[in-house]
Amino acid sequence: MTTTANPVDIYLERLHAQAKTRALYTLISIGAMVFVITSGVFFAESQNAGSLSRGMDQFWDFPVDLFVGAWDAGWGWFGLLGKHAPELFRTINLALFSTALGFICAVFLSLFASSNLIASGWVVSFSRRTLDVLRSFPELVLAMALLFLMGKGELPALIAIWLHTVGALGKLFSEAVENCDMKPVEGLQSAGAGWWQRVRFGVLPQVLPLFFSYGILRLEINVRASTILGFVGAGGIGEALKTNISWSFEPDIMAIMALLVITITALDYLSTYVRNKLIGGIRL
Amino acid sequence: MLEVNNLVKKFGNNLALNNVSFKTDKPEVIGVIGRSGAGKSTLLRTINRLNKATSGEVIVDGTDVLKLKGDQKLRWQKDCAMIFQQFNLVNRLDVITNVILGSLNTQPSLKAMLKLFSDEDRALALKLLDRFGMIDTALQRAETLSGGQQQRVAICRAMMQQPKFILADEPIASLDPLNARLVMDALHRINREENILVICNLHTLDTARNYCDRVIGMRMGEIVFDGPSSDLTDDMAREIYGAEADEAFEPGVTSTALGGSPMPAGA
Repeated sequence: MTTTANPVDIYLERLHAQAKTRALYTLISIGAMVFVITSGVFFAESQNAGSLSRGMDQFWDFPVDLFVGAWDAGWGWFGLLGKHAPELFRTINLALFSTALGFICAVFLSLFASSNLIASGWVVSFSRRTLDVLRSFPELVLAMALLFLMGKGELPALIAIWLHTVGALGKLFSEAVENCDMKPVEGLQSAGAGWWQRVRFGVLPQVLPLFFSYGILRLEINVRASTILGFVGAGGIGEALKTNISWSFEPDIMAIMALLVITITALDYLSTYVRNKLIGGIRL
Repeated sequence: MLEVNNLVKKFGNNLALNNVSFKTDKPEVIGVIGRSGAGKSTLLRTINRLNKATSGEVIVDGTDVLKLKGDQKLRWQKDCAMIFQQFNLVNRLDVITNVILGSLNTQPSLKAMLKLFSDEDRALALKLLDRFGMIDTALQRAETLSGGQQQRVAICRAMMQQPKFILADEPIASLDPLNARLVMDALHRINREENILVICNLHTLDTARNYCDRVIGMRMGEIVFDGPSSDLTDDMAREIYGAEADEAFEPGVTSTALGGSPMPAGA
């Protein structure tokens, strides 16, 4: 080893120092993770009213009752699927409408929350905080407050899902926009294109496939959300489910659950298909 | 050393390579010239197996490398390093890591995935960077470098592969004359000092004449000229370039000569 300033040795030394700091950070984060997980498990166990092993004995009672009830209903059970279908459509309709509305608002709000498009830090910061606030209320909490104010119906649920969707999608959208390649935008800027023109032709073609893909994922989430909101008075299949559970109509419960599983599965297939199509070769 | 026999590559109905054959026994610098779309890139990418050949063979040490599978195919790709027009570095990683990535093929996989590289590898990468005048950028992100610097890092990555061949696909097409010269000098030096065969796609005649021992001219997927660069007459070049000829060898329109007249639009 020479002690003269050989550049290779100098940089090797620096790399060693860098590696040491990195190893330290990795160790700290692993330690923190282990701590959080173990302490979480112990905390949950100590807070639980019953223990897991005791609950296991009764675990199958309810599903067995459901299947027995559905079996006893015979062929008439399939008629129940048709009986509950209109309620399902109401729920899907609610999800579709609120997702579409939220999607459009999220696109516009996300542009103003993207620091690569907006020079003013105040505007970006304000838009981001708006998205944060919208996202921070779970649909259920927002819907219950609105249902209390406005009475039972679909409108409070619609507003709740819409607002939460704006917050959730807007955050994802603005991250997509901030990660997009700014070279095309610069090209348009150099040609004298205005801000909206640059967004329309420089940014949107890059991010729209991703936007749609996130939007469809959100639709799936919103179908579930609007089902749950039915429990608290927003109508649709959720309300039917709640009623039938409280009256112990096993065949009906079974039919509604079957409808929900079919819907979510179908949506999952549909969204995978559409997402592949979009990311594959969308022309905008 | 390297023998290409009847190489054919079709893209749909488009014949990108039409029965391309050539052979070399010594580590020389071969320049491949021709207008854009003549099949120069396709030729190199097919030899490296980034593209699948429609038919034909590439014989190296008695084996047809186009038929290799699995690890052997990856080992062949390690042996014939590629250099790209757009450098193809990992922008978000620092320069030294980018260089070490050239040795991925021979790295123990788990260690490499955790980015745990040995001191020997680091030292080797640093020596390469030092050799091509890039060591001061070792800890910077690749995206912070200029085009010419990135291309020299790409050359270091290629050398890190400890290749037998270097395939350079328009390595200087996006560089200014000074950087183009540095890059071509580097490739030439590698050839002379380490006896590595260099095949280099070029788009200007003077670079081919200055740096290459042998020139292959391509036109519409076929080889129309193959000989020492001294035999490359202006008439021959006209034949290779066809309608674009005037742009390609306008005196002074060069990519590596400094102090020439400015390039006309579209050159």
